Amino acid sequence: MKGIMSSLSTPPRKRVGPTSWVRGGGLSNLIFLLPTLVVFGVFSWYPIGRAVVMSLQQTNLVTAAQWVGLDNFRHVLTDPLLLTALRNTGYFALLALIFGYPIPLVLAVLMSEVRRARGLYSALAYLPVVVPPVVAVLLWKFFYDASPTGVFNTVLGWFGIGPYPWLQNESTAMPSLVLEATWAAAGGTVIIYLAALTAIPPELYDAASVDGASIWKKVWHVTLPQLRGVLLLTLILQLIGTSQVFLEPYLFTGGGPSNSTMTILLLIYNYAFGQSLGGDFGAATALSVMLAVVLGVLSAGYFRLTRSWAAS
Amino acid sequence: MTTSVEKPDTAADAVQPRMPLRPAGAEPAAASATRQPEVTGAIVSSADRRRPLVRRCSASLNTVVLVVLLILGLGPLLWLAKAAVTPTQDTLRLPMSLWPHGLAWSNLSTAWTTMDLGRSLVNTVCIAAGAWFCQIVVATTGGYALSVLRPRYARIVTGAVLSTLLVPSVVLLVPLYLTILNPPGVGHSLINSFWAVWLPAGANAFNVLLVKRFFDNLPREIFEAAEVDGAGPYRLFASIVLPMSRPILGVVSVFAIIAAWKDYLWPMLVLPDPAKQPLSVRLPVLAGSVELGTLLAALMISTIAPVLLFLVVQRLFLRGAGLGGALKG
Repeated sequence: MKGIMSSLSTPPRKRVGPTSWVRGGGLSNLIFLLPTLVVFGVFSWYPIGRAVVMSLQQTNLVTAAQWVGLDNFRHVLTDPLLLTALRNTGYFALLALIFGYPIPLVLAVLMSEVRRARGLYSALAYLPVVVPPVVAVLLWKFFYDASPTGVFNTVLGWFGIGPYPWLQNESTAMPSLVLEATWAAAGGTVIIYLAALTAIPPELYDAASVDGASIWKKVWHVTLPQLRGVLLLTLILQLIGTSQVFLEPYLFTGGGPSNSTMTILLLIYNYAFGQSLGGDFGAATALSVMLAVVLGVLSAGYFRLTRSWAAS
Repeated sequence: MTTSVEKPDTAADAVQPRMPLRPAGAEPAAASATRQPEVTGAIVSSADRRRPLVRRCSASLNTVVLVVLLILGLGPLLWLAKAAVTPTQDTLRLPMSLWPHGLAWSNLSTAWTTMDLGRSLVNTVCIAAGAWFCQIVVATTGGYALSVLRPRYARIVTGAVLSTLLVPSVVLLVPLYLTILNPPGVGHSLINSFWAVWLPAGANAFNVLLVKRFFDNLPREIFEAAEVDGAGPYRLFASIVLPMSRPILGVVSVFAIIAAWKDYLWPMLVLPDPAKQPLSVRLPVLAGSVELGTLLAALMISTIAPVLLFLVVQRLFLRGAGLGGALKG
């Protein structure tokens, strides 16, 4: 038995017969890789390839698939709903940035200065993240009750504000969705920021203090520049996440009122599995592939970033 | 090592929050800053702290943050706990008052029996357990083969696994569904079978790379010593590598269980049979057909398990969340 480290220590064998292959660990290598190869092969690599093929085909699962060239793409690009979905998804992403980007940062910076029971703070911030998303949406759906006795309208009523129609109105539906999504996700971002904040070398603050920098100056000239990398990272992650938003529009509003919360993923779902449209797998995959190309560029940017930090 | 191998390593590496941000050697100091609260080197230095105005401001700011976190983090859950045992009419008319007409414990039992929550809960647990098992098996065996055994084609496999991280899950939705309808080499559809959720969950590149990265950092001398003692690859895996990898497996496990508990769209597509559906899929279906008090009780019951799990293994969760940003999307 050559041993498992042989791949490192011995030069490549010239002629590899089946026996020496097994003896050299070739068989056990393959046995250990088998779960990865099978599961990724069947449930990841094969479907990815199939998505590209299907976007060029017309399938109804009954008759054989037909090659239709770029027809699916043409069909999707001329669908008037696409523009609506694009605009809504962009609006969702923008609102999610406005609500969800600065708040976790401010919270994390304040929390990092807490001296006692910081664990309690982190736990409280993270608690909404562990609530199952479906439960959160159903709960908030009730909170958003448009009548004056709705939960939010009652609370706002104490301050003489409202009542608001929340999900019932075209202009307030999307912000309501984003508010819930932000509540559900902010805790995770806070923890990422906290981890980054504890990693800032304390010498930098000491040096700034020695130079007589005020607290505000330290935040501006030490904390924020040191967080630059992780801020960009969460920005990209948030864009990737929000452009695939599905659960909130699907369960809160089903895309309504009058398509004001129809998002790209909801449109894909409707093409493939929707009640009325349904079964148009070609259009669904064509739109998925287009979305994937855009997100792939973002992901590639994310990987370049993480790699260059690790290298520096 | 050449760059083609380093790419996956450094990418998984950089996800860990400390790595991208600090110059080498800064870690011990940063770590001690978290452990010794009185140490200087924070935004508010000890000198700042001696000024009464700063001290008062920072104390009141801490309180404000705590109150905000209590309202936002705990508030909705406390309200849910209250509403779960409140008569429906009270919740509808006076949602913010505390039990104006007494308690309705019957909400909980009604929810449990009429909504058949027991079965959905068992399904949820089964789905989470199977998805966890698949992910652990794939991540440990794959990570071990790619990091320790390292056959010559390991680079290609690592690259292929890594590349799936670039593909958003939405692309897989339709083709994966069709694969489940007609899986290669099985002969019958996996629709309404838990395997339809378990197996795709196993194809998680992030897990494989995380575990591989962890194995890469285990000291090679241990493997060499075990080999000298006559341990084969199976023995090395079972008696040395697995026991040593407990910390990373804890993180992967928490991710796996929580992700399975949260998942909605995929189980909804592949488990159309109500008897097979987990809580997350059942709840929206039943939401419209039961009384509000019953629904809120059901929501509360569905939340208890993940929240308890979180409170018990909080440290693992927060560590996981710190390096888990890349899981989203």
